[in-house]
Amino acid sequence: MNKLSKVKINSHKLISEGVYLIKFPRYFNFIPGQIIGLTNNTEIAPRLYSICSSDSDSNIGILYQVKDDGVLTPSLEKNKVGDELWITQVQGKFVFDNKPAWWIATGTGIAPFYSMFKSGLKPLKLVQGARQIKQFYFKNELVEIGDYVPCCSQEKEEGVYEGRLTTYIKEFEKLPTNINYYLCGSAEMVVDVRNLLIEKGVNFNNIITEIYF
Amino acid sequence: MELLFGKTLTELTEMVLELKMPKFTAKQIANWLYHKQISSIDEMSNISQKNREILKEHFELGILPYLKVQESIDGTKKYLFKAKTNQFIETAMIPDTERKTVCVSSQVGCKMGCLFCMTGRQGFQANLSAGEIVNQYRSIDEWEKVTNLVYMGMGEPFDNIDEVLKSLDILTSDWGYGLSPKRITVSSIGIIPGLKLFLENSKCHLAISLHTPFDTERKNLMPVEQVYPIQEVINEIKAFDFGLQRRVSFEYIMFKGVNDKPEHVKQLARLLNGVKCRMNLIRFHPIPDSPLLGSSDKTIEEFKEGLNKKGIITTIRSSRGQDIFAACGLLSTKELVKQQEKDY
Repeated sequence: MNKLSKVKINSHKLISEGVYLIKFPRYFNFIPGQIIGLTNNTEIAPRLYSICSSDSDSNIGILYQVKDDGVLTPSLEKNKVGDELWITQVQGKFVFDNKPAWWIATGTGIAPFYSMFKSGLKPLKLVQGARQIKQFYFKNELVEIGDYVPCCSQEKEEGVYEGRLTTYIKEFEKLPTNINYYLCGSAEMVVDVRNLLIEKGVNFNNIITEIYF
Repeated sequence: MELLFGKTLTELTEMVLELKMPKFTAKQIANWLYHKQISSIDEMSNISQKNREILKEHFELGILPYLKVQESIDGTKKYLFKAKTNQFIETAMIPDTERKTVCVSSQVGCKMGCLFCMTGRQGFQANLSAGEIVNQYRSIDEWEKVTNLVYMGMGEPFDNIDEVLKSLDILTSDWGYGLSPKRITVSSIGIIPGLKLFLENSKCHLAISLHTPFDTERKNLMPVEQVYPIQEVINEIKAFDFGLQRRVSFEYIMFKGVNDKPEHVKQLARLLNGVKCRMNLIRFHPIPDSPLLGSSDKTIEEFKEGLNKKGIITTIRSSRGQDIFAACGLLSTKELVKQQEKDY
């Protein structure tokens, strides 16, 4: 891992059950979609997170979900404004070239797309999958994309597709094959959706993936 | 209950001191675990009855038999082990004229999502403990005849680096199995923090799954390229002194029309310039609904010649165990994974 720099938390908010948005001042440039290593203890190797804020924001936002068996997040949850964090340099190539594309995300995998959107980039369509309505983080802002499709597998709400995002995609008889598909989420989601897109005639060269690990 | 098998000597020492046993008991336990064939803590006859009872109160032995074995027409065997509740892993044993190589898994499933790999299709379920990794060597029928060990089964070893390093410690230490590090190869797609720890803390050989020298192509085949580009992985390798004994090799699955062209030979020569290494070309074993096809034997042979001419020692790896899905990239326990609740 590259050299660590110290920063101070200036905002730490619970935005949904077990999911936080933590912020610290930005003193470097990044390209929306890039990631950064973060830790609150130099004894714990930094964990990688997608940046979840605009490239013009004076703060860097990181969206994280607390994992009970996680190495970092159970203690990160307890950090307060003013506490120190250590960050790496930004890295990663999951960046949007502004060519026509769908963005597809689940869980905190929405973070790079939120960063892209808040930086002025837009997809043709954003498909976001979740089990519960409360897991559509930033929904109120993301609706401004226009073609925004939240897919909820366990709850119903007006304006929300009822079912998994894979079911939503399966319902298309034909998918556009001359555009790109950006996927971000768990390995299982990315692999499932990638296979589904390929099955529907999308060339694998048009599928750009980012997996949490 | 916690398992004894899979603990390093350091961990055993901490454990016995905590249990108020003499420090030397740690070496005695290691000797029973890794040098002798026992099936219960009761068999540790040079440890006092009282201490054995204390051990039994806190620990299980942890040497677990395999559940099932399949044998290929070429002699390759595929073993199924139970790792944790409702989680299963596969291990391959590949016999050759003078060698018996065990291919161990380091995770249940895999997070890396490589386009060509069957394991990635099942998603990620769990990291294996050091004991669960070593048990795949210790509990197969041929374990005493094993000559080589490769971490090329299910999972990405550098995504579970702490347990992988502990398992290597157990396999190569005198108090453990005492295997030569030269007989062990750990294969990774190139997670740089794990790579650094591995290079610094082990003497075992390294294999890197390369599959294409071009960044854009590799991103499409292997999502990890977005985060740890192959050029940066090579830079780390170039910066490390491998000495005379330690070896680095690259694995290259040949996909028809994707990564098997003359420009790939040229770019590989550029990328690997200055790296003392070997290249293993691997025939692609198609997985269901894959958009990829394997290159022809002729193309693979020509690719090999091209790389050899550029000074990269290149061999073609024989396909083994394909009929029982034990070949490279085919291990999977997807059918046995308890259906997890999807978040999408």
